[in-house]
Amino acid sequence: MPRITADHEACQGYGNCITGAPDVYDIDDDGVVVLLKDEIPESDRARVEEAARSCPVSALAVED
Amino acid sequence: MPTVVVVGSSVAGVRTVQALRSAGFAGRVVLVGEESELPYDKPPLSKQFLAGAWDTAKIRLLTAEQATELDVELRLGAAAERLDVAGKQLHLADGSVLDWDVVVLATGAAARPSPWPVGSGVHVVRTLADARALRADLADEGPVVVVGGGFIGAEVAATAHALGRDVTVVDPLPTPIGRVVGDEVGGHFTALHARHGVGTRFGTGVESVTGGAGDLTVTLTDGTSLPAATVVVGIGATPNDGWLAASGLLVENGVTCDEHCRAVDSPDVYVVGDLARWYHPGHEEHLRVEHWTNAVDSAVVAAHNIAHPDDLRAHAPVEYVWSDQYDWRIQIVGRPARATRHELVGTLDGDTARGAVLYTDDEGSLRGAVTVNWPKALVTCRRLVSAGAGFADAVAQVTALPPAKAAA
Ligand SMILES: Cc1cc2nc3c(=O)[nH]c(=O)nc-3n(C[C@H](O)[C@H](O)[C@H](O)COP(=O)(O)OP(=O)(O)OC[C@H]3O[C@@H](n4cnc5c(N)ncnc54)[C@H](O)[C@@H]3O)c2cc1C
Repeated sequence: MPRITADHEACQGYGNCITGAPDVYDIDDDGVVVLLKDEIPESDRARVEEAARSCPVSALAVED
Repeated sequence: MPTVVVVGSSVAGVRTVQALRSAGFAGRVVLVGEESELPYDKPPLSKQFLAGAWDTAKIRLLTAEQATELDVELRLGAAAERLDVAGKQLHLADGSVLDWDVVVLATGAAARPSPWPVGSGVHVVRTLADARALRADLADEGPVVVVGGGFIGAEVAATAHALGRDVTVVDPLPTPIGRVVGDEVGGHFTALHARHGVGTRFGTGVESVTGGAGDLTVTLTDGTSLPAATVVVGIGATPNDGWLAASGLLVENGVTCDEHCRAVDSPDVYVVGDLARWYHPGHEEHLRVEHWTNAVDSAVVAAHNIAHPDDLRAHAPVEYVWSDQYDWRIQIVGRPARATRHELVGTLDGDTARGAVLYTDDEGSLRGAVTVNWPKALVTCRRLVSAGAGFADAVAQVTALPPAKAAA
């Protein structure tokens, strides 16, 4: 299953990922991304890849 | 196998080719760009890149290897000159011609040029070349005058100040950011410059700029003048639609499209990013938006619609833009400028500003928000605006958010 990763240092709290995939990404009180799951089913890949690519600082990835 | 040609190699064009592959499009994909530079991102050009904190590798949107992996042909350094819609061909400035089944127009916008021609020392900031030239001049000494107090002007002022330059921002409007956030909240943005020792001459226009790099004079409409070593002109952008004038497409301040990002009457022509003036079905009007997230979102919608023409999606985003100025991370969602009333939660004053301004209209729903150093409030408001939440409920939810550790 595709794995979700986040670079917590790079995250700036822009919040685009949460609009694209609120079931995968959230944000904590200090504005840093929180992963709600580590893996996603293959059928979700396209949607979550788009959410990851909506990050203005490329802090997110979907890996095999 | 169908061919998709994408014209414009910045964020809207690059996200389109990536999203085409994510959506399962298996045909030929060509990405055409006027600049010979590999695709790069623009927001850092007035911030981290201009400050020297980030290098070119850090703002790359697509490397040659990534293009190969995606099976995307790059045609960089080749400006599109003419689009033949009926014949389905794109003519490039180098004389070559590309056949397409679907074309995606993503040629964006250009900085409005300085109306005061001088030989040197006056800059705009839109391309990587612009930012490199300004970065080189900012390494010198002497005062900097920024003409235009909007987002890019304010960001450049903050960066130049951080680099140790003496900075003054000039704008004919008394409250430049007030156009977006309303004049009362806009006053806090003016105070932000003052708190960092950056001068503002708001409500005053520029009469002329004379001289050359290192020795410029900016004469204002009130008769006073400012000496400057470097001048930066940030007075907006205009869509790169001139090359489409003879295409037969409807071009009026951008290319007019339907809610699916398709040019009016030309369903095989898609338009994304800053170039598109598309019909927003939620707002029931045509809009052209110059924001990064809109470029990315429209690219995803267009790519989906190309790959799945039987399942067309509409582009109906809630507006979102961020700006980083001095010690403020500013985030704006929805349409504050159209509101009639607002309420502040937290504070926008002093060194520990952390606040959210929520906006409503006469109908009593949440229409937008401006947050400073408070991403959690932004995310909350963004969700509430798209859900059509009531204003009082939204204010209560934001007020109930826990305080940040960092601010304590
Ligand atoms: C300095 C700066 C800071 C910004 N900061 C922010 C920010 O903090 N937050 C935010 O939300 N937005 C910000 N923006 C806005 C955001 O960057 C734009 O909305 C975004 O770049 C639009 O992308 P685009 O691909 O539609 O157009 P553009 O970025 O304008 O790219 C258009 C591309 O098309 C190419 N092109 C033009 N004409 C032709 C032709 N005839 N043939 C072939 N190629 C052509 C150009 O070379 C360019 O590569 C900023 C913009 C700038 C300039």
